[in-house]
Amino acid sequence: MRAIEIVGLEKIYNAGFWRKRSKRALRPLSLAVEEGEIFGFLGPNGAGKTTTLKILMGLVFPTAGTARILDMELDDPRMKAQIGFLPEQPYFYDHLTARELLHYYGQLSGVDAKQLSRKVHAVLEQVKLSDSASVQLRKFSKGMLQRVGIAQAILHDPKVVFLDEPMSGLDPMGRREVRNLIEELKARRKTVFFSTHILSDAETLCDRVGVIHQGELRGVGAIAELTAGVHGKVEIVWHGSTAPAGIRSMGAECRAAGETMRIIVPEENQDAALDALRRDSLRLISVVPVRTSLEDYFVAQLATPAKPEAVASGN
Amino acid sequence: MNSRIFHIATNTFREAVRDRVLYNLIGFALLMSAAAVLVGQISIQIERLVVINLGLTAVSLFGIVIAIFIGIGLVSKEIDKRTLYTVLSRPVRRWEFIAGKFFGLSGTLVVNTFFMAIGVFAALAYVSHNFVSSDVGVLVALYFIVLQFVIITALALFFSSFSTPIFSAIFAFWLFVIGSFAQDLRNFAAMTHGLTRWLAMGAAYLVPNFSALNVITQVAHGEPVPSQLILINTAYALVYSVAVLSAAVLIFERRNLK
Repeated sequence: MRAIEIVGLEKIYNAGFWRKRSKRALRPLSLAVEEGEIFGFLGPNGAGKTTTLKILMGLVFPTAGTARILDMELDDPRMKAQIGFLPEQPYFYDHLTARELLHYYGQLSGVDAKQLSRKVHAVLEQVKLSDSASVQLRKFSKGMLQRVGIAQAILHDPKVVFLDEPMSGLDPMGRREVRNLIEELKARRKTVFFSTHILSDAETLCDRVGVIHQGELRGVGAIAELTAGVHGKVEIVWHGSTAPAGIRSMGAECRAAGETMRIIVPEENQDAALDALRRDSLRLISVVPVRTSLEDYFVAQLATPAKPEAVASGN
Repeated sequence: MNSRIFHIATNTFREAVRDRVLYNLIGFALLMSAAAVLVGQISIQIERLVVINLGLTAVSLFGIVIAIFIGIGLVSKEIDKRTLYTVLSRPVRRWEFIAGKFFGLSGTLVVNTFFMAIGVFAALAYVSHNFVSSDVGVLVALYFIVLQFVIITALALFFSSFSTPIFSAIFAFWLFVIGSFAQDLRNFAAMTHGLTRWLAMGAAYLVPNFSALNVITQVAHGEPVPSQLILINTAYALVYSVAVLSAAVLIFERRNLK
């Protein structure tokens, strides 16, 4: 069974009172996430990540398309009892303490009353908030609120966890802890769907990623598969302090470092660059392929213009 | 009441208490006591009438203000602060959220009225030194005031489900004012003809009939309130509130929470 299945999901917002203007937030989007998978949903701000998550959570209704979670409809309460959600920059009832808030959410999720206190205690330990459990949330820092957010998302032991920018607002230690927590969820065979624009987090954690830009899904797959398709680059290093004529125009970076010079050029320019070095009798030190990172893939996808498509009227 | 509605209602009540809404009641009780002392000194023979009139009117206005100003933020504040996201992503139906909010604020207002009623009776005891059997009418008037709060809470919640807090406050307040003159509007409709009559009659029956729920002057004069009126007003408040809440649910069920 697939944990998440999205087919042709589309969202157009209508704005304006007298003169209706349409804004397409999501172009028909289809993807599937398998059970037990960590899936990273990547994109710059305003790409459509949060809209997708809001549709999946039943907060926003799609203009077209369907989605199912754990093979159930999005408005099915049985499904909602099995998912957890951390919104972007979460804000909680600040008149409550962390413990009271988690009790409240546990009650709404239908956690057995006899087990609730034990679960709240355990999850507070897990996110390292036990010492602040009786403090009202209005006194919490942004990082602490993010931890409370994660705690409420996993409190009821959900099968699928949706995290919208989970690392946002956290210091390096906090980010590491969240990463560990996501890995812990994976070890327990939970499915994690998280959105982020921090690519290093995705690279470290995800089994697969999807890149979304301007509401359009630009690519989905394992990171190795995706980056394999990006044109590679090579780093060429030679002895000397001069660069042959024309070599600088072949690559983006040409720098001197002590007795050596280095340049990074696209693979297709490699032979021409080496010919230029030979012509000037410069001594070659190394030619090393540069590993294509997720960032390269991401940047390449963002540089591709969106498919032109007429914006339909109506919602 | 299902458990989710109960938990949302409890949280709404707790929020109101911790936001110190109920603390204004201490101010109210002090105000009432001070007013009673003053009234006791300046009015002869009509102290009871003045205290009941003054006290119940103050209870009504205080409660209406609280109902409107908390009610208008019940949904919009949750959307603005995004607290709603973590509630509706759980097995909570949107109608359950609206119902929980309604019961939570209504419960707050009942507790509010209870404490304010203590202030009124304390003032009454101070000026007249004893209670008489007609004072039961004060309890009936207080019950009708609670029914007004229930209706205004439903209306504030209704406006809050689609409008901004400022517009919700304006709409709810004007409906309260117009509703307080609902009987006059009905009398006016009866005197007109043709389309005007239909429009005036439609408006008269659409706005909440707060004038029927106001028996303050009657009980201040020691006149009994017919038991039939208690039944009719109870049924009216229930039907009106359920209709308004149903409309709120219909709108909220379709709303995109951007």
